[in-house]
Amino acid sequence: MSTFDTTTPLRGIVLEEQVDISIDDLCAVCRVERTQIVHLVEEGVIEPLPAMRSAAPCAQWRFSGETLSRARRAVRLQRDLELNAAATALVLDLLDQIDALRRGAQV
Amino acid sequence: MDYKDYYKVMGVERNATQDDIKRAYRKLARKYHPDVSKEAGAEVKFKELGEAYEVLKDPEKRAAYDQLGSNWRAGQDFQPPPGWGAGFEQRGGMPDNEADFSDFFETLFARSGSARRAAAGASGAGVHLRGQDHHAQVLIDLEDAYRGATRTLTLRMPEIDAQGHMVTRERTLQVQIPKGVRAGQHIRLVGQGAPGLGEGGSGDLYLEIAFNPHGIYRVEGRDVFVDLPLAPWEAALGAEVQAPTPDGLVELKIPPTTAPGRRLRLKGRGIPGATPGDLYVVTQIVLPPADTDAARAAYQRLHSEFSKFNPRAHLKQGAKA
Repeated sequence: MSTFDTTTPLRGIVLEEQVDISIDDLCAVCRVERTQIVHLVEEGVIEPLPAMRSAAPCAQWRFSGETLSRARRAVRLQRDLELNAAATALVLDLLDQIDALRRGAQV
Repeated sequence: MDYKDYYKVMGVERNATQDDIKRAYRKLARKYHPDVSKEAGAEVKFKELGEAYEVLKDPEKRAAYDQLGSNWRAGQDFQPPPGWGAGFEQRGGMPDNEADFSDFFETLFARSGSARRAAAGASGAGVHLRGQDHHAQVLIDLEDAYRGATRTLTLRMPEIDAQGHMVTRERTLQVQIPKGVRAGQHIRLVGQGAPGLGEGGSGDLYLEIAFNPHGIYRVEGRDVFVDLPLAPWEAALGAEVQAPTPDGLVELKIPPTTAPGRRLRLKGRGIPGATPGDLYVVTQIVLPPADTDAARAAYQRLHSEFSKFNPRAHLKQGAKA
């Protein structure tokens, strides 16, 4: 069965710096529990927006839309390679460095 | 349906221990994980690996698989033996990404899964669950990010039909790609994910933007880079040349004595947005070929005019005699 929507194209919201999302949004998208997101924040893999960071309970944290990519990547690595949050932080940092080096070599 | 040789996928013997299997999985997973590997086909390899591990790591599934015998070869046409699965109790839950597994896997192991889901659906009166969010990647051209575009996407989504079977439904969507999107950004389409249960609302669809590789442009965040070849005299004397941008050609002033590899910045000509990116034109110097007598004579004249010029002067100091 196939449906085809020939009416107006769908318009979405671009998740970028200006759009912020809650910790529960992040959990829903990554399909994880809050504690896993809290661990990622504790290890510095992802960061809540500065205004929320200091001492605010995690339920009030807001994240930039661009955190989503990084969080999903972190969760995939944790699940597939059975990494803990600290190892995930290291892997993502090294991957960032490799990307930067690759770009440097290319540009 | 093709037979899958899970032992071969994992590179282990049929009599491998559970520890051997785990080790092999970890090693290959690190190698082919799509977030880590840049190898072509890594994603396909990783999926095969995940499926093989799903079966071999679970002693019950492995025993069931082994019962098929070792005479099958990968890719051989396969039909499950009559009465398949009758003697097996599968209590293990299904993995999250079950929809990605092959027909072979589905036939052997997914029956109890669909039955369970059907039961959940039937007894689901009064249960309200929000549908799952779905994710998909959209490949766009760099030019689309400059102008915005409409993309038609065909998504394959697993669904449970009225009889409780897993079916894949194709869905075609037209989506507006807004101007100024960048690689890695997500577009959220509210309510376009999986339908919910009961009165639970539908999930959302998240589209992750990626760029098709471009023949002449490279993209880094908001900034765009393009190589601009120059003739030696253009670089030496300065020139006005046309440079390509995703928005069209621009006139560009090349200053005299422009070195190769110099970056000329065109402010705000990168990917548009509230803070638009910049376009960097990276100069290259291309020598005309010395393939005719006249061309060789021209280089000779250049040589005699620049008899004092030594491009390697700065190397002399460091070199030992």
